[in-house]
Formats: sequence, structure tokens, C-alpha cells
Amino acid sequence: MITLNAKIPEGPLEEKWTRYKSGSKLVNPANKKKLDIIIIGTGLSGAGAAASLGELGYSVKVFCYQDSPRRAHSVAAQGGINAAKNYKNDGDNTYRLFYDMIKGGDFRAREANVYRIADISNQVIDHYTALGVPFAREYGGTLETRSFGGVQVSRTFYAKGQTGQQCLLGAYSSLNRQIKAGTVTMYPRRDMLDLVVIDGKARGIIVRNLITGEIERHSAHAVVLATGGYGTVYYLSTLAVNSNASAAWKAYKKGAAFANPSFVQIHPTSIPQLNEFQSKLTLMSESLRNDGRIWVPKNKGDNRPGNDIPEEDRDYYLERRYPTFGNLVPRDVASRAAKERCDAGYGVGKTGLAVNLDFRDAIKKQGKKAIENKYGNLFEMYRAITGMNPYEEPMQIYPAGHYTMGGLWVDYELMTTVPGLYAIGEANFSDHGANRLGASSLMQAAGDGYFILPVTISGYLSGEIRTSRISTTSPEFEEAEKGVRERIDKLLSIRGKQTASTFHKRLGKIMWDYCGMRRNEEGLKKALNLVEELKKEFWSDLLVPGEASDLNQQLEKAGRVADFIELAKLMITDALNRKESCGAHFREESQTDDGEAKRIDAEYSYVAAWEYNGDNEPVLNKEPLKFEFVELKERSYK
Amino acid sequence: MPDMKLRLKIWKQKNAKAKGAFASYDLDGVSPDMSFLEMLDLLNKNLVEAGKEPVAFDHDCREGICGSCGMFINGYPHGPVPGLTTCHLSMRYFRDGETIVIEPWRAKSFPVIKDLIVDRSAFDRIQVAGGFISVTVGAASEANSILVRKKNSDDAFDSAICIGCGACVAACKNASAMLFVSAKISQFALLPQGKTEAKERVRAMIAEMGMQGFGNCSNTGACEAQCPKQIKLFNIARLNREYYKAF
Repeated sequence: MITLNAKIPEGPLEEKWTRYKSGSKLVNPANKKKLDIIIIGTGLSGAGAAASLGELGYSVKVFCYQDSPRRAHSVAAQGGINAAKNYKNDGDNTYRLFYDMIKGGDFRAREANVYRIADISNQVIDHYTALGVPFAREYGGTLETRSFGGVQVSRTFYAKGQTGQQCLLGAYSSLNRQIKAGTVTMYPRRDMLDLVVIDGKARGIIVRNLITGEIERHSAHAVVLATGGYGTVYYLSTLAVNSNASAAWKAYKKGAAFANPSFVQIHPTSIPQLNEFQSKLTLMSESLRNDGRIWVPKNKGDNRPGNDIPEEDRDYYLERRYPTFGNLVPRDVASRAAKERCDAGYGVGKTGLAVNLDFRDAIKKQGKKAIENKYGNLFEMYRAITGMNPYEEPMQIYPAGHYTMGGLWVDYELMTTVPGLYAIGEANFSDHGANRLGASSLMQAAGDGYFILPVTISGYLSGEIRTSRISTTSPEFEEAEKGVRERIDKLLSIRGKQTASTFHKRLGKIMWDYCGMRRNEEGLKKALNLVEELKKEFWSDLLVPGEASDLNQQLEKAGRVADFIELAKLMITDALNRKESCGAHFREESQTDDGEAKRIDAEYSYVAAWEYNGDNEPVLNKEPLKFEFVELKERSYK
Repeated sequence: MPDMKLRLKIWKQKNAKAKGAFASYDLDGVSPDMSFLEMLDLLNKNLVEAGKEPVAFDHDCREGICGSCGMFINGYPHGPVPGLTTCHLSMRYFRDGETIVIEPWRAKSFPVIKDLIVDRSAFDRIQVAGGFISVTVGAASEANSILVRKKNSDDAFDSAICIGCGACVAACKNASAMLFVSAKISQFALLPQGKTEAKERVRAMIAEMGMQGFGNCSNTGACEAQCPKQIKLFNIARLNREYYKAF
């Protein structure tokens, strides 16, 4: 068994990070350039970490599968980024942001980590602003904010519906500055296919050059995974279609514990599926719920166009069920409520799997121009995809797989259970508990990359200054490369009948049906069998054309799907183990009389950190969650 | 709407050194609800299942923001509908029985890697040359200590939304990257944060643009017409102004 030591510093909540920083070991500037750090992923966390570590003088090597670091999927985040600036004088502060996140995450996150990220949030906004990120502004020239789900203050900074793109391009620009300075070397179009562990420490990676097919070895004193989440396990999701879990999964198989894998956020406002061949679901930002009202017809089978349904025949079900937060309840609550209405037969649209998000009243009150200023690009995107005009008729939306709160287990230093292996951003599990609040992902990713990792990693690297450059000819590298080659050969040699995408689609359907918004023991057990069968079929009937020594997108896909199938099993295992409902994890067996999630704190107030155990069942390690500063309460938005 | 049958003429090229050629494919069962890339997914599924080589193309977010996808469709970068990336281009815009010609970006600075995939790393090298504000992590002042006129901030945003797809280069008869470069220069020129090193930035980026082999601008405006994010031509005017000021 591994030991989980979260390494949370002593002291009052607000002093922990300061105390940690004061006591952390530093690396002499002259020694930094002799220390190599590998970073995989160039989103907000990865690019931020690369820039920050490069500025400090380390030798940084950065990898991504895209053709350019500017395309990492942080680019697609829409609505905003939170910070406790209190620019609106509405009573916001660090503690309130911390508390909103703890409550929003349904008391399944670590207090110390959450407080730290809330504390750092203001610095993130300062830094992005200095980098030239064009956040929305007031006429007086100061920064503008808006509200997001699950909170009652206005703390979300934004750049129209493209906040992720603007922040990512800011991070990309700071990464570029370091590439120019020579501290960072960029390796695009590379897939990480294994982690190399030597004497118990992460020392390198094996990657495949996606253009030439060459297998490359890269070594370092520390390895940082900034590889994002695994929402694409559902096939249809709001993620980029090439987003994958493979790097994190390889790390898991090399000893990094995987925490709360079943905690997946299903986002309430995505454009519904339009055709059977659809490859992804496009998100409509949560910020739309600031002004849009969500409703379905009051009467079953009311097929009239939305605009023809009078007020008295509309059911604004979020406003009805949750009068305090209304349309701004957290995502998990909004998603389940939409599913409940559609399952009960009140859904709208071609398939009945959609609800209305209506801007009629907002346009009447604020004028079309004001709405266009706030959401123009989102409305255009909606129109391009659906052919419908949201200025004139209600949008139709439905939940979609979006963000994974689960991820690699990390301690307070963001280090996994493999010494020298770090996980930052969405790739780790630490800050969002069982449900993430809107606009907190950019904040966490940027905070991890720019401000936390560079401090914590120096403590580890200070013990490595006597370790010379790591050779890539050691038996560990040999063996890892051999394993990678064998697997590629195996994938290519099956020559069955079904493409990797076909398997992915089938896996996604199983996961969506049984391990999605609502889960129960019977369904989960069934899913476990179905995934097991799918795995067997995959390894006997997969069809990958072409060769390994060439650009081969089908081969890339096959490797990713093989890992998704294994990860799916772990997600189901975790969901089965946690017999309570909390946040996005809704076990039908554990609900209140009015259908809300019911936690069982006495039994499940822990982080489930799963340890790979070869062909045997994974081992469950528990990190108890101690709440010293907040009182555990029923999470209510009524 | 019923499903459509299409004839596709697609550029196939094994690698950067090989000589490419058009290949023809007939594709049945295309739903008007599909995106253009989903139509290609269907083609590839059919090809793979029939034991044939699929068509390679870049794609990722499929929501018009990452800038990965991009192909020449019937003579237009990202196809005939203005303001859309290829991933957002719906098959509703095509007719049953239509022949669709699909090519990679054609520009010396964007060599073909395979089929419809080109190497756009020249864009990254231009950004590396100067597309940043030199502020070190930890050195930023309080965000509201920098006041920016709302109009300037909004204009900076309109320039900053470039997705780096390369359509402007592909559309230009000179294969010029001026719209791409001017978008970044404009964003920073409009903001007080970008003023300090404005001269160094514009000189470095323009020099690198030349080194990467992009052509010059002759004000045809094809880039603006084809930009999926509708970046405006006056960014190029601003770039020129910034460049003259830099010496």
C-alpha cells in the first residue's frame, strides 16, 4: 500500500501557504539551469508553469499533442475566471471564495488547498492583466465582473465568451518569451506514451512523434503532468475530440494514485445532439444563465414553438425549485434538474432531450445591444450550429460531459504519489471536491502553474542538485520504450473489423447511461460487465490501418481509446464504492425526500485514492478529509 | 432534410517530400446536420472499414476556437460561408449531388505534412520573436492600477481573437501573414501594458515574418474576407503605422 501524506502545513488556514513558503527550500540560481523539468500539456497550467519555471532559470522541456501550444483546450473555456477582488463592493473576500468552493464541491475537497487557490486568485488576475489579456472593462477603465452559478457575488472576470482563449493566449505569450530566452524548448505533436520511473522517482517520459512515428526518450529531474481532464471518456463531451487521459493513465500504472475518478461534472448548458454522427457537444457558457431563464412547457406534449407558449404554460423549474439561487444554481444541480424534466416527458426539441434557455425577458429589459455585447459570439456560434436565432427564439440546451474533478492524487505540494511527478490544473483532483463551480477551472489551472508549482517544486529539486543530467540509456528507459513499441505493434496487428472511434462511441454510451448524471448499484455493476466485454472485443476486433512509422491518426486514437476503456472501469469502481451522493456524484440510493443529493459524512468524508495493482482489483487508499475551519452542512441552494 | 450523396475530390499526399494528387471519393448518407469534419469522419470510417487509407486532417476542439482545422473547400479557406471555421461549417450549406474539392492550405511557409495537414509552426516562430509583454510572474501590479479606456480594450479584444488557423495566408495571393501579425501587434498597441516594448516587438515580428518566407501585403483584402474570426483589415494599417514609428 502507498501512504497518503497530504503534507498540509500547520497553523491557521490563512497562514498555511505563507508559512509553507517561508520554510520551503530554494535552489541556487546557478544550479537551476542544470536541473531539467519536463512538462506535458500547454494549457493554462502547463504553459503557465513552463513560463514561470523558465523565468526562474530551470531547463524546461514542454510537450503537447497539438501542432502548437496555443491550441490546448483551455482555449475553449468561455465564461470567465474567478477572483476575490471585491471590485463590486458586494462583500467578497478570500474566505467567501474559499467557502463557496468548499460548499460548491459538496465538502469533498481539501480545505488547505482550496483556501490557497482562493488566496492566489487575485494575483492571477493581476498577472493576466499585465500580460495584456483584454478582460472586459467599465467605462471608467477598471475591470468589469459578472456572476456565475453557485455564488451570490460578482467575482467573475471575463473577455466576452472567450475568456479561456484570451487567458491561454496570455499564457502562450509568456511561454514564447521563455522559448526566445532559451530556457524552454517546445516539442509539439508528441503523445506521451509512458512515464519512466528510476529508483522510485519520475525521471522521464517516452513520447511518440506524431509526424514521423518515431519513439523518443526524454529525461528530467522532475516531470509535470498538465494534461487536463478525461471527460472525453463519454465520447460526446464539450472537450476537444483529441483530449485524452493517456498520460495520466500511464502515470497511474506507474504508481501514481488516481483520486475520485467518478467525480465528473456534467455541464447543464450545451447544445443538444443533432445527429447520430455527431463528434462533440458544444458548450454554451454558464454565464448565459445570468440573463437567460430556463424553462420547459408546463404541459406534457406541448409542441408549440417556444415563443407561442404563454407565460402561464411555462415552468421555470429552477426558479420554482430553488428560489434563492434560481437559474444560477451550481452545475450539477442544474443538470440533474434538466434531466429530471426531460425524463418526465417535458423536454423540448426534436428529441425531447432539451430545455429552453430564453433571453426574451433580458432583451426586453436591457435591449438587444446589451445582450449582444455580453454574449454576441456565443449567440453566433449557436446560430451557426443549429440554424436557430437565439435573439428571436429560446435556445435549446441539454447537459453534456464537461469537467473532471477527479484526477491524479496530489499532496499540498501538487506532487503525486510518485516522487518527482507533479500534476497541475484539471489533471489533479485537489480543489473542486465533488463539483466545480463555474469560472474556477481557469483560476485553479493558472494558480497551480504560475504561482504554486514553482514554489513547491523547488523544495524537491533542492534535493536533486547533485544529480547530474539523467541518462536515457538506463534499463528503465529501455524497458519503457520496449513496452510502448510492443503495444503499438499489438494495436496494429489485430486487424479486426471495428475502428477505434466505433469502440469509443460504444464506451461513451455505456458511461453516459450508467455512470453519468445519475448512478445506481445495479446499473454500475452492469456497466462494469459491459466495459469488460468491450475491452475483450477491442483487443480482438480493433481495426487500425497503416503503419507505426508514419503520421497515423487512427493509431493515435486507438491508443487513447484503449486507455479510456481501462479508466472507465476505475470510474465505475469508484462510483460503486461511494454509496453516498455528493455534488456531481448522484447515487439514486442516497437522496433526500425532495430528490437532492444526500451525503453520508460519517462514512464517506474521504478522498478515494486508487492504487494500480496489476491485473488485480485496484487498491483503495483513503485520505480522510478533516474540516477544521468550516462546519459540514447540507448543501442547499433553495 | 434527407441525406445527401456527395462526390469529394481530396488532395492526398503521403508526406512532405512526396508528390500529391487529387483522389475522388463518393460518399453516401451525409446528413445536413453534420459538420464538415463529421462528414470527413464518415468518409474515413468507410475508408478504414474497406481497408483503405483514411484522409489525414488536423482538428481538435470542433467549436471554432482552437484553430487546428482548416482546409481549402471549393476554393475558399474554411469553405464558402463567411465567419466560420471548417469545424463549424454545416453540411446544410451543400447540395445533394454536389462535387466538393478539398485541398490543404497552399503557401511556401506552410509545407504539407500529409494530405490536408500543413506545418504552421512559422506562426509560432513569429510569436516567439516578439508576441508578448515582458512581465515576469510575481511582478504585476494590482490589476486596476492599469486603467484602459473601454473602447481601446474592446478593440484590443477584437484583434486578440485571432485563432492562428492560417486562413489569411491561404487566402492571400502573396501568402502574406500580415493580418495574423497585425492582429497581435494591434492588441498590444491598443493597451498601455504593451506600449513599453512596442518598438522592439513590431521590428522583431516583422523581421521574423520575412525570415519565414511569407509574402508582402498588396491590400487585396482576401484575408479579411476569409478570416473565420472576421479580423479587420485596418489592423494591417495599424501594423504599418507601428512599424514606421519603430525606427
